[in-house]
Amino acid sequence: MGDLRTPLSRVKGLGSAGDGTSHFWHQRLTALLMIPLVLWFAFSVAAMPAEHATLVNWIQQPMVTVGLVLLVIAVFYHAQLGLQVVIEDYIASHARRTLVLLLSNLLCLLLGTIGVISVLKISFGA
Amino acid sequence: MAEFTLPANSIVKQGQLFKAAEGVTNIKRFIVYRYDPATGENPHTDTYEVDMDSCGPMVLDGLLKIKDEMDSSLSLRRSCREGICGSCSMNIDGSNTLACTQSIGTIKGDVKVYPLPHQPVVKDLVSDLTNFYAQYASVEPWMKTDTATPPDRERLQSREDREKLDGLYECILCACCSTSCPSYWWNSDRYLGPAALLNAYRWIVDSRDEATGERLDELEDPFKLYRCHTIMNCTKVCPKGLNPAKAIAATKKLMVQRKI
Repeated sequence: MGDLRTPLSRVKGLGSAGDGTSHFWHQRLTALLMIPLVLWFAFSVAAMPAEHATLVNWIQQPMVTVGLVLLVIAVFYHAQLGLQVVIEDYIASHARRTLVLLLSNLLCLLLGTIGVISVLKISFGA
Repeated sequence: MAEFTLPANSIVKQGQLFKAAEGVTNIKRFIVYRYDPATGENPHTDTYEVDMDSCGPMVLDGLLKIKDEMDSSLSLRRSCREGICGSCSMNIDGSNTLACTQSIGTIKGDVKVYPLPHQPVVKDLVSDLTNFYAQYASVEPWMKTDTATPPDRERLQSREDREKLDGLYECILCACCSTSCPSYWWNSDRYLGPAALLNAYRWIVDSRDEATGERLDELEDPFKLYRCHTIMNCTKVCPKGLNPAKAIAATKKLMVQRKI
């Protein structure tokens, strides 16, 4: 026997998740935050002579360290939010979607952490 | 994964050619999607040479001429023939619209007519909109109030508040918008789609309604509302010139507004 649930019951499903706006809002906030940070980063690096010591000295300035840490966090948080949308859009199977979401979140967390630790290590290291 | 290719039994094959009568000079070719689930055969497209000298100006006129004079087995929905009932929505010349308000003259080349995309087909141009209608019902499109109706008059609304419903109340539920939306194609089991969301917003902004918060609560969901990525196909195809994308954006704005 087929599914005897009414169409309305199927549409209502498990009801509203009570979530989604934070994701939407954070995606826009991180996008906004990245505009000045990426511009600042790109212009600063472009204006610098291509020397290792100069770059290290630049990163070690306190405000530059802060800026770079913020940039890395914004980039990988934004990437995680964006990837989540793509995965939810295109992977229909619930089990596979959950698995890929977990992997993608883990990857973004891992890369973000590596980025932040790298900046801090250079900043406090030498 | 989302379905990007048609299953083998849905691949559209070439059907027959219905030639115009001898001596007919002003011909427009209609290429029409045909599918009959009773036969178990793949869908196909039949080609009809329509005599434009004895045909009305709209695509619906052409389709009815085909049904009346060339091939009575063609199935389609139609009723008002003036863009108010929303029955004859279909995919014409690659875009969802109403056959009754789409003129044949503005279509370059052959007139290609298919059912609404990504919906189950009942027969030929008739698609099954059960899920679409259930989604509309799920937004509870009626006035909800705790305050009792005044005994001596109707519920009042200022002119300004009434104007907020313009561009929303005109929706005829033809499903052109929802079935043109890629997000709806991939996730219509959970995403409500532009038509239902436009109608949800119609009640969210109604100053007389007292369930605004509950209505927003119902939509606060990654799939029901937030599958909309502002692709804007909905607004592009709406045969009534409405803007579902704007209504959805306004709903998202209210969601953020009540959080911060």
